[in-house]
Amino acid sequence: MPVIKAENVKFVYSQGTSFEKTALDDVSFEIESGEFVGIIGHTGSGKSTLVQLLNGLLKPTDGKIYLDGKDIWEKPKQIRKVRFKVGMVFQYPEYQLFEETVYKDIAFGPKNMKLDDDEIDRRVRSAAEFTGLREDQLGISPFELSGGEKRRAAIAGVIAMDPDVLILDEPTAGLDPLGRDALLSRIVDYHNVRKNTILLVSHSMEDIAKISDRILVMSKGKKYMLDRTEAVFSKGDELEKLGLRVPQITKIMLMLRKRGINVDPTILTVEQGFNEILNCLSGV
Amino acid sequence: MVREITLGQFMPGDSVLHKLQARTKILLLIALIVFIFLCKNFVSLLLISLFSIAVILMTKISFMKYLKSLRVILFIVILTGIFNLFYGTGEIIWQWWELRITTGGVCNALFVIVRIALLMMVSAVLTYTTSPNDLTDAIERLLKPLTIFHIKVHEIAMMMTIALRFIPVLLEETDKIMNAQKARGADMESGSIFHRVRSLVPVLIPLFVSSFRRANDLAMAMECRCYNGGKGRTKMKISKFRLCDLAAALISAIVFTGVILCNVYFPIIF
Repeated sequence: MPVIKAENVKFVYSQGTSFEKTALDDVSFEIESGEFVGIIGHTGSGKSTLVQLLNGLLKPTDGKIYLDGKDIWEKPKQIRKVRFKVGMVFQYPEYQLFEETVYKDIAFGPKNMKLDDDEIDRRVRSAAEFTGLREDQLGISPFELSGGEKRRAAIAGVIAMDPDVLILDEPTAGLDPLGRDALLSRIVDYHNVRKNTILLVSHSMEDIAKISDRILVMSKGKKYMLDRTEAVFSKGDELEKLGLRVPQITKIMLMLRKRGINVDPTILTVEQGFNEILNCLSGV
Repeated sequence: MVREITLGQFMPGDSVLHKLQARTKILLLIALIVFIFLCKNFVSLLLISLFSIAVILMTKISFMKYLKSLRVILFIVILTGIFNLFYGTGEIIWQWWELRITTGGVCNALFVIVRIALLMMVSAVLTYTTSPNDLTDAIERLLKPLTIFHIKVHEIAMMMTIALRFIPVLLEETDKIMNAQKARGADMESGSIFHRVRSLVPVLIPLFVSSFRRANDLAMAMECRCYNGGKGRTKMKISKFRLCDLAAALISAIVFTGVILCNVYFPIIF
């Protein structure tokens, strides 16, 4: 059974006013439990609206969203339970920090879940470990942390709720390359340990290619495709028409093929590409 | 939720009132308010009401919008109306225990209600037909004489402009932070008032922090462009008085004279 299923979802902002704008139209897909799905799309393609619909921050104008087979808006009063199950990390999440200490801030979500103190303590510490925050940093004010550490503390605040589905909206935006790689590998580690479902929205095709099983491509408020990562990126021309790119190494492979060199077009990382070219050369 | 609050009231249009200088509108509005309170009998009140309604209709903005502006102060209007009913002298119409309604009281109540309603609606004419930027510019120029008392008029106007400019930005920010906290299970829609006020803390603190950050960034950006206050600063668009401003002033002057004449030639009842 898919963990998340969207059925003909439509969303219109400010319906009934002159500012009416359809952000999503007839979007349907299924995501299996334990999958790592990347979401890509041009600015304004409806990615952010889509992820906010998935955890019940927005209510679809039309269509239904199922979590574990149940319509999330069946009981509107229970929507908070959906938000605990579907954790959402927004863009620039460090701006949501507010507590006196990092510890208390991470504990905000679990506290809202009305867990007991021991369980909260366990979750805060394990979330801090997953995100790479040091023990001694838990006691200081979140405003004393560096930019990258603030980001980690904010993500820990969502991970501490131990959601079945974790949505990350551009978690690496504005970080330096080292910080970006470190954060991504932490997310992958977390995914491998917890085996939960992760949805990652990103503009970096390299990142998405490296870590996701499948990719959902959004364009102008519609689902353009949802397919395995290699299959999506082998359609480089189509993606470019949508204003998207493929990873640079995949692009090189596609260009080599156009020149009649028989390389695998589904190469996604530089290491794979390196080996593929070596193979190709030794074949000649 | 936050998006539904409208703060900027300006409604673009091409009516005569939109074309008038903001300075003209501010000065005439002040005069009009003074004359609304100078009315001493129903004839002059009627005259000024008709004039105000004519001005409101000339803005080509739906009359309903003006009535809505009254909704905010409806409670105050009704309350002061009721209090005024019981004050005043004259023939007793209704009496219960120590409370009595007199003809004078009824007149008082009517006068107060009409005055407050007119006051709100004519003020709305200014805010509905003038863009915030024009408004602050006009205030700066009207207050210019105060610079001789070492009051930093330009700085005050600049602060107002910046404040107005950042209202939509901060609203959007509030929306974002609210969503982020809701995603962490913050409950802002149910519970007692005490609970709801407390649940705003996770929104207000990040909002304060980001406001200060924005203020810092903006100050830095202004310094980088060598902003150093009003001294020697010129304007790109200089607003000038035109014929319609003169006409508006003349028509208003005629009406105000009419009010004074009505006060003189008809019996004073208030």
